[in-house]
Amino acid sequence: MTTDRLLEITELRLGYDTGRGFARVLDGVSLSIGRGRIMGLVGESGCGKTTLARATLGILSPNARVESGSIRFDGNDLLGMDPVRFQREIKGRRITFIPQDPYGAFNPLFRVGDQIMELMKWKSPRREPGEWGLGALMTPYPRARRKADREQALRRLEEVQIPDPERAFAKLPGEFSGGQRQRLMIAMALMTEPDLIIADEPTTALDVTIQAQILKLIRLLATTHGVSVLLTTHDLGTAYEICDDITVMYAGQEVEMAPVDTFFVAPQHPYTVRLLDSLPRPGREIREIAGEIPSLLDPPTGCRFNPRCPAATPECSAARPPVAGMRHKVRCFHPVAHGAEVAE
Amino acid sequence: MTGPEPLLEVRGLRRHFPVRNAFGRVTGAIKALDDVTFKVRPGETFGIVGESGCGKTTLGKTLAGIHVPDAGGIAFEGQDITHLRGAARGAVTQRLQYIHQDPGNALDPRWKIGRSLDEPLAVHTTLTRTEREARVREILSAVGLPPGHLDLYPHEISGGQQRRVGLARILTLQPRLVILDEPTSGLDVSVQAMVLKLLRDLQVRFELTYVFISHDLSVVRIMCDRVGVMYLGRFVEIAPTEELFAAPRHPYTCSLLSAIPEIGGRRVTETFSLEGEPPNAALLPSGCRFQQRCPLAAAICAEREPELDLVTDRHRAACHFAAGKESRL
Repeated sequence: MTTDRLLEITELRLGYDTGRGFARVLDGVSLSIGRGRIMGLVGESGCGKTTLARATLGILSPNARVESGSIRFDGNDLLGMDPVRFQREIKGRRITFIPQDPYGAFNPLFRVGDQIMELMKWKSPRREPGEWGLGALMTPYPRARRKADREQALRRLEEVQIPDPERAFAKLPGEFSGGQRQRLMIAMALMTEPDLIIADEPTTALDVTIQAQILKLIRLLATTHGVSVLLTTHDLGTAYEICDDITVMYAGQEVEMAPVDTFFVAPQHPYTVRLLDSLPRPGREIREIAGEIPSLLDPPTGCRFNPRCPAATPECSAARPPVAGMRHKVRCFHPVAHGAEVAE
Repeated sequence: MTGPEPLLEVRGLRRHFPVRNAFGRVTGAIKALDDVTFKVRPGETFGIVGESGCGKTTLGKTLAGIHVPDAGGIAFEGQDITHLRGAARGAVTQRLQYIHQDPGNALDPRWKIGRSLDEPLAVHTTLTRTEREARVREILSAVGLPPGHLDLYPHEISGGQQRRVGLARILTLQPRLVILDEPTSGLDVSVQAMVLKLLRDLQVRFELTYVFISHDLSVVRIMCDRVGVMYLGRFVEIAPTEELFAAPRHPYTCSLLSAIPEIGGRRVTETFSLEGEPPNAALLPSGCRFQQRCPLAAAICAEREPELDLVTDRHRAACHFAAGKESRL
């Protein structure tokens, strides 16, 4: 049975062993992304959004330890999967990555074209299943596939509006501006014809006018290629711009998940409401969220927002609230009411 | 000294950085600042916005005396400080302070907070030890920290508190003008709200004047009285904040404003139309610097660089077409 859910993360608990103890960075996080949809994973620094993205990509650091939960991608259990198969079939191929920093993502000493073709040599969708193992390391890049791959790569560069792709292939990364490098990264993420692209704060390092251009491009390409995107961001404005669904995380727990239309109209979790309130808006006093983000080495029990939450009661620190709601999900014992909109 | 007189007056400021080729020959110049002129009145917050590479940080550092301008002058409290050096400059520094992005980072990790806060007073003033201690305690409570923090090391307090200490350190000298260089860049929105609120409270309490450098227009909008928009080393528009946001006159300002995501409103990705990126600062076009990206560009724009002229009595814009039209948004 196929579902319309491409990625399904269930009750994922994982953390890092540190010198000062175990830091549980993800505390039972559930999240699912539909096919062809853009999911915005929103949260402040240290909320675990990057860890979640890295767990999905299978690139957690060695001191990370998964305690429980599962990540299912198109019917495959990524955590239990044979690592070799994961590496060959999924990582960098069906799930690809757009980094935050387009400056550090290229090796400055090699031509952009060479770096793209190196990727295509190993991860091209035209690669035969037989081209693996030690033998593959010794054999050269097959001519016919190389030609087809190169043509596809040039087409992708055109799609991301890099002027004159042939010449761009021969340039060094330093000859591109930041916005163009991010376009190149997007093109590379699309080259293997993936089902899911994980974009980790793709516009944070860019200026506001360039940011608008890049977001527009991601939206357009996701739609034309029918690819799902998991976009992590700390900026609710960015999430509003291009996402279909939004998940808010706080200190390693997801607190609210909703389609973009109801999310901004009727946010229900006290944290979400305060986060939206803290955005600068003209003609209004600045509102901050009292308190600070807890240390993950010694986090509050239950809902981790409870020490800062004005609506908190003893039950909030006793246990984590279950998921409530069907379309607009919230994990809170005392969701903020919005008149009739709260009734599902 | 006070009253209608501007606190800071900048005339025709210029700072070019030479571009050298592989043999060390100067082959051109990056015009980081080119004929920058503006005034800051006492008590106001003057915002400087622009994208990376527009020269806003160079401007801030030149005002603070970190860079020496190639031409032009800076007057502070009526005194020409452009070429002051040594002790004379030190005296000005007391009243004209520069705060970089994360002031908490400037704390010495091996010094207790109390010593870090005491140092500027020991260097710049002749106060006695007890007077200095009283001043330090007063400032520490102004930034919202308990006196017990004086005996802690920077790593024992949180990042947000380090930031507060960094601000306190600058305020111990009771400056009149503070140059804030991207004070909230890279911060989460809730922390940003905390910092902005603190900056506002401190401004009222210590009667500070701010030069607020930022790339974030929504922050500038709520913090500043007047805003100057920079593009490739020049101001293209200077206006009172409300007027700038309601009726921008320069096409670049219009595109900047239309690029701000506004939750609940129109989506920028559906409406935003500015193409391209700023040209290389070392290879500027003749005439108007914005012409290659400008939707209104005409022949005159390539011939002549527009002056920063008055459009209304408090609104200046450097565009050949600024006067004729109302808002172009």
